[in-house]
Amino acid sequence: MEPVKTFAGKAVALPIDNIDTDQVIPAKYLKVTDKSGLGEGLFSVWRYNEDGSPNPDFVLNRPECAGATILVAGRNFGSGSSREHAPWALQDYGFKAVIAPSFADIFRGNALKIGLLPIAVDEEVYHQLVSMCEEDPSTTITIDLPNQKIVLEGNQEIGFNIDPFAKHCLMEGVDQLGFLLKEKDNVLSFEAKNPSRINTLAPAANACIY
Amino acid sequence: MTAPQTLFDKVWNAHIVRPQTAETPGVIYIDLHLIHEVTSPQAFTQLREKGLKVRRPDLTLATMDHSTPTTPRNELGIIPVLDPVAANQLNQLEKNCAEFGIPLFKLGSENQGIVHIIGPEQGLTQPGMTIVCGDSHTSTHGAFGALAFGIGTSEVAHVLATQCLIQNRPKTCAVRVDGTLRPGVTAKDIILGIIAKYGTGGGTGYVFEYMGSAIRALSMEERMTICNMSIEGGARAGMIAPDDTTINYIAGRPFAPQGEAWERAVAYWRTLPTDEGAVFDHEMTLNADELVPMITYGTNPGMGIPIDKPVPTFDDMPDAGSRQELDKALKYMELEPGKPLLGHKIDMVFIGSCTNGRISDLRQAANFLKGRKIADNVRVMVVPGSQRVRAQAEKEGLDKIFKEAGAEWREAGCSACLAMNDDKVPPGKYAVSTSNRNFVGRQGPGARTFLASPLTAAASAVTGKVTDPRTMLS
Repeated sequence: MEPVKTFAGKAVALPIDNIDTDQVIPAKYLKVTDKSGLGEGLFSVWRYNEDGSPNPDFVLNRPECAGATILVAGRNFGSGSSREHAPWALQDYGFKAVIAPSFADIFRGNALKIGLLPIAVDEEVYHQLVSMCEEDPSTTITIDLPNQKIVLEGNQEIGFNIDPFAKHCLMEGVDQLGFLLKEKDNVLSFEAKNPSRINTLAPAANACIY
Repeated sequence: MTAPQTLFDKVWNAHIVRPQTAETPGVIYIDLHLIHEVTSPQAFTQLREKGLKVRRPDLTLATMDHSTPTTPRNELGIIPVLDPVAANQLNQLEKNCAEFGIPLFKLGSENQGIVHIIGPEQGLTQPGMTIVCGDSHTSTHGAFGALAFGIGTSEVAHVLATQCLIQNRPKTCAVRVDGTLRPGVTAKDIILGIIAKYGTGGGTGYVFEYMGSAIRALSMEERMTICNMSIEGGARAGMIAPDDTTINYIAGRPFAPQGEAWERAVAYWRTLPTDEGAVFDHEMTLNADELVPMITYGTNPGMGIPIDKPVPTFDDMPDAGSRQELDKALKYMELEPGKPLLGHKIDMVFIGSCTNGRISDLRQAANFLKGRKIADNVRVMVVPGSQRVRAQAEKEGLDKIFKEAGAEWREAGCSACLAMNDDKVPPGKYAVSTSNRNFVGRQGPGARTFLASPLTAAASAVTGKVTDPRTMLS
């Protein structure tokens, strides 16, 4: 994983609340066994007309919004499914961060795991960002992960919270799995003290086997 | 003496492998990891790339459910997968399970079914466990007093490789439902009522514990319906404390403990309910006495109303954001603000899903449909949640009742809940669905979903319009 520190990017606003993971990436794109096609599937219901041609009214399709790497969206972004395909799709499209008043829990965790920054701001800031992006599609925002702040043109700074461990992994460019693999001794000790009550490899004698 | 603890506290504390500190995150152990074909392939790839094995195949179980067809089996007893992309994904799961030694209930197995239906019916889901799956409706298993929640594919890889998860301790919310459900009102209406009241973000950051007289009175399957939709209320997980109902349900199931191990398990389970005086971070309430059948009118599960009330108007909305949301939803659903939903023509009824695809749901629908015919303008798909449910239903003759009424009796799977297979609601058509999500395009491009209980679905199937089941109960 590439370390994430400070970066600046063009911001685009999708000022809709409760954008659910079915809108981010519909189920038909989830049949892949890798991560192919997800960028194309991002917001597909909004992006494409019925015949597959791009919908010119959708903000991401406007030429002046091309190359945006920061998405500004409404409350409870990413609600619904646990599909990690949702942050994968955003990342594959080119987004590096989503700024919103709030995020659904599972989406936030998934996004942090893959290096897509979920940045929560208060409602006032959200509305300000939406106005800025809508008035000027070339609006750039700088995201400073080490200092946990976003910096707007004109040097207005807004702090944000982030889980400290997730932040550490993102800044170092390390996968969280590495931390868990190092916990082997603690895991063995836990297992020794807590024998399991089930064994999926051995159903009761009188039960039907697979 | 230790402070009184909630059910959640007890289960959480019993699974700490490494406590959270200022510098390092907490790590918890996972007792049961359920897997299906959609959210696992990339996780297995990651293990393969890193040369890792699955740490505890004996605590892991896989099934095929999301993209599997539910077309009734052919004369050879085979359910053919016609979509090559889905077939590839299913084959990949089979390969992965074989390679990593994970037991799999594959398509064609008499134990196959929706992942959150098979765990409990096999006796794998037990009180006090931590249970995860790459699927947000994992919250279902919380009905047993387990801490059960959905995870993403990266975390699926974490659990496969280490049987652990990095987790920050969530907050707790008591959800009190007291009173008695009136005839025609079901567990599904309870959870739709809670989400309508508190919204889809109301539970974010919390684990719900459902309690109160109305909850205690419910069967295990009804409790599963409620816990299933905890995620739709934004909650991390939803739990119900174990009691005799829970213990009686689990006894004798294929993977349940037996003999002395059973006695020890039961004794432990009885220590789990929330202690007197334990404190929750937040509270929600719903009065079951006043509850009527619920139905959603919009494009998220929180957009629900009592079935005998009109669709909201813009004046009913608290702010500009929700007014905009209502406007978009009503345009998509082609509904008018302030108009009743009762009597709205429908095109399809879907009875099934991890929310309401169990034997008691099918019995409830069959009981209603017995001796009746579905309306000419409606296609009714009855999809049992698992092959075991299907077999039980056939033993009871429910399949005959459904077929005589004119409904389709299908194989087991997620089916039209998310329409990854061919079970789709056609564009622009209206479906009353016993599933859990009504998002735009969820049941098919342009599909228009009304979420409701199996009773409401059955009643609407007969009349061909949105119908209050209470008006048709004998």
